[in-house]
Amino acid sequence: MSAVEVEAVTKVFETRTDSVRALDEVSLTVADGEFVALIGPSGCGKSTLMRLIADLDEPSAGEVRVFGMPARQARLERAYGIAFQQAGLLPWRTVRANVELPLELHGASAAARRARADELVELVGLGDFADHHPDQLSGGMQQRVAIARSLAEHPRLLLMDEPFGALDEMTRERLQGELLRIRTETGAAVVFVTHSIPEAVFLADRVVVMSPRPGRITEIVDIDRPDASADPESMRESDAFFRSVTAVREALHGRDTAAERGATASGATAPEAAARGVETR
Amino acid sequence: MRLSSRQTRAIGFGALGVLSLAVLWEGYKLLGPAEGISIGETVLLPRTTELAMPHVWDSVARAFQPASSASDELVIVAVAQAAASTLGIAGVGMLLGAVVGVLLALLMQRFLLADRAVLPWLILSQTVPLIALAPLVVAWGGRLQLGPFEWERWMSVAVIASYLAFFPVAIGTLRGLRSPEQAHLDLFRAQGAGWWKTLRYLRLPAAVPHLLAALRLGTATAIIGTVVAEVSTGARGGIGRLIVEYAQSGSSDPAKAWAPIAGAVVLGLVAAGAVALAGLLLHNYRRAEAR
Ligand SMILES: Nc1ncnc2c1ncn2[C@@H]1O[C@H](COP(=O)(O)OP(=O)(O)O)[C@@H](O)[C@H]1O
Ligand SMILES: [Mg+2]
Repeated sequence: MSAVEVEAVTKVFETRTDSVRALDEVSLTVADGEFVALIGPSGCGKSTLMRLIADLDEPSAGEVRVFGMPARQARLERAYGIAFQQAGLLPWRTVRANVELPLELHGASAAARRARADELVELVGLGDFADHHPDQLSGGMQQRVAIARSLAEHPRLLLMDEPFGALDEMTRERLQGELLRIRTETGAAVVFVTHSIPEAVFLADRVVVMSPRPGRITEIVDIDRPDASADPESMRESDAFFRSVTAVREALHGRDTAAERGATASGATAPEAAARGVETR
Repeated sequence: MRLSSRQTRAIGFGALGVLSLAVLWEGYKLLGPAEGISIGETVLLPRTTELAMPHVWDSVARAFQPASSASDELVIVAVAQAAASTLGIAGVGMLLGAVVGVLLALLMQRFLLADRAVLPWLILSQTVPLIALAPLVVAWGGRLQLGPFEWERWMSVAVIASYLAFFPVAIGTLRGLRSPEQAHLDLFRAQGAGWWKTLRYLRLPAAVPHLLAALRLGTATAIIGTVVAEVSTGARGGIGRLIVEYAQSGSSDPAKAWAPIAGAVVLGLVAAGAVALAGLLLHNYRRAEAR
């Protein structure tokens, strides 16, 4: 069964002055256990698509199913875990208590909560910080707590909206590696929104490229992934990685401009790309 | 509990404030004209006679002498008893006001319609002058007859105090309940949490800083309300009554009149201290979110 099925979904936001077609007849299927990255310039509807899957918003037309259930039912049955760009931790709760929150909301016993939270805090490498409060943590550490929290109830699907978007490059690469490891351990499907081409290529099995006004899927790029047994970090240096980065960049900017740019300096951030809100580093 | 340097400094400044007030008082008394300063009939600065402004030390000394020749109860004891009684009544009023205020805030948060319908009435309620309200409450309470239950004067006073205290609590709590960011609300929705769980785990904890600020305001108004209501309802035993009583003996015993006024000030400080203590206990809910 597919983790996510999005069928001809349209989302129109009515504002007082005009209406914005954030998504226009978008269809997408995410297989169980598959890692899909959504990429595209700002305003192309990535967050909107993710919010529809999470049933935080409702589509204007079309249908969203999660593990065969309507999105609303999936949400109420906690079929997914979710993390946003802002860690969104509750400042009055310790790291452990933040991770326990979903379990507490759903009536798990104190002992079970504690055991699971300790396990997850360990998993994201924050064992020494379990009793700290969020204001005592760096941005990267807060984001790890948010990821641990999203994993609390063993979800088969993770929804992540630019979870590393606010972090510095080094922290970001380290957390990408950790996310891959966690994902291998849990086998969950992931829908991952990002601005960064290398991030999308490093993480995903498939990269979904979107374009704005109206929000549409323009292309889906399959990524050559190294063997599961290989060290994922080695991928960053591989030829396959650069080929995939080029393929995604071409899909984003159109073939001609990308080819030109490849001839001058590979990987350089073009002003045009920056202007369109996509990082090419 | 050990005091931090910040707390020590705060206490130091407090003591300095009291001291400079005494110095100001004695300084004006020493230098100011005996008849005060007035333009026409309007008095700008008070007279400095013993009658109008007794020495600070005379007032302090008077507090440790018997209140009247008829009994040997000290003034300070009488004031302390009256203050305790007023504090109790203000406490009941505050509790009642806080419960009503929080319930109203919950109602307004839950139902937008209630917000629209109730808020104007709340604002209107606070424009009714206390003096007009007091006799109404007393009269209404006097007619109340529930079996063996008997309405007493102090209950009217507590009701009036709560009437003043509930307003800042309702407004502050409502703002606090609405303070969580959209990201947090999304998170709770994603967990399938309904209104009650979102309230219990998100809105109420997030409202604590606002609630504390509202309580600070509310307790101050509750105390003032209690003292004024004691005077205007003629309730006995409280500090309001004592202020009136001692002021009447002012011409023969001016130093005595200041004791219950000082008592009322201390009362305000005690109430503010209680809220500050609650704030210390709830310090985890006052951490600003770090990003
Ligand atoms: N709640 C909303 N109300 C009105 N317009 C919205 C709302 N949310 C998103 N939009 C609009 O929908 C479009 C897509 O937004 P979004 O999904 O956030 O884009 P992305 O995440 O790809 O940057 C944008 O034009 C945005 O302005
Ligand atoms: Mg977005």
